[in-house]
Amino acid sequence: MNLDDLIATEELCIRYKVEHSFIRSLFESGLIEIVTIEQQEYVHFDMVSEFEKMHRLHYELDINLEGLEAIKHLLEQLKKLQTENLQLRNRLNLYE
Amino acid sequence: MEFIDYYKVLELDKSASTADIKKAYRKLARKYHPDLNPNDKSAQARFQQINEANEVLSDPEKRKKYDQYGKDWQHADQFEQAKQQQGQQRGQQRGGGGFGGGQQYSGNFDDDTFSEFFEQMFGGGARTRGAGRRPQYKGQDFNAELQLNLRDVYTSQKQTLTINGKNIRLTIPAGVENGQTIRIKGHGGPGIQGGPKGDLLITFKILNNTDFKREKENLYKTVEVDFYTAILGGEITVDTFKGKVKLQVKPETQPGTQIKLKGKGFPKYKKEGQFGDLYITYQIKMPTNLGEKEKELFRELQKLRS
Repeated sequence: MNLDDLIATEELCIRYKVEHSFIRSLFESGLIEIVTIEQQEYVHFDMVSEFEKMHRLHYELDINLEGLEAIKHLLEQLKKLQTENLQLRNRLNLYE
Repeated sequence: MEFIDYYKVLELDKSASTADIKKAYRKLARKYHPDLNPNDKSAQARFQQINEANEVLSDPEKRKKYDQYGKDWQHADQFEQAKQQQGQQRGQQRGGGGFGGGQQYSGNFDDDTFSEFFEQMFGGGARTRGAGRRPQYKGQDFNAELQLNLRDVYTSQKQTLTINGKNIRLTIPAGVENGQTIRIKGHGGPGIQGGPKGDLLITFKILNNTDFKREKENLYKTVEVDFYTAILGGEITVDTFKGKVKLQVKPETQPGTQIKLKGKGFPKYKKEGQFGDLYITYQIKMPTNLGEKEKELFRELQKLRS
């Protein structure tokens, strides 16, 4: 994995003004992925938008970790259904 | 430009207290927050209205101005001038950015989120939201929609898009689907403090003005075959995306018979050189305006079959 694509969790804490425990909790709940290299924890840049989303939901909408887990699950289901809906719509064109 | 009833947006009446406003805002923000309503433009628009209403009503100064001049927003400037004069008379100094009234939620959407009404009444400087407030590292993702014809996406092609005044050259892989979104890394908003740029998300709208129907990489087409060729067999020519193809129609072909032309379908997305199949459905065209002789011969045929 390219180190340039990673951001240290400590840096995230500073930038987003959050405790390290918050990032740790997100990781333990499976909401974000953390990469450990030589005892240093990192988050991949691609994961930052997911982290931002969780950050917003937690700090702005007061949603606790259990709520975040439920939301993540439901959003994944929603995405799956949206994809399926799109595929079915495209398929429906066959009969129009 | 229309007057916006911010009380109505937050489902409140004019006598609402600060606590009522906060409560109503919170409730609606949870319902319409863009993070909770992905790909829902109506929810996003509603959320922006809610944010804007809160921006005004949760700030005592803005609320006062809105209550006083709301419907007559054109007079807001006069109000501002009068206020400034009053301020000067009192010899008071007012610092910039004094509108820090209520809490603002940040959604993952474009920053230009205030209505014309708001801009006119409070001016651009009244925004309390934005990059300075919202913690960010990676740049913002940009969204764009690109309309192409089915024939366009049969082959990979290079396109130049202009996004926010910048030309972006990209290669669209053959076989892209209607409604599919592709992510182009690093072509979104600039990152903050050395962070990476955001991404460009392009959603394709594929218009089909051909007589082919498409499902993923397979194509479907209905072809007319005349009655006699269907009965006795023969050769027909069919148009495909790869040019004309000659087909042998078997004798006694039934209406609705479907044949598969392997590899004559649509390119498989990001699988170079691989194609789906083309399904041809035969529609048998019955003869019309039969002459006496023809009818007689058909009757003879009928007798032979009975």
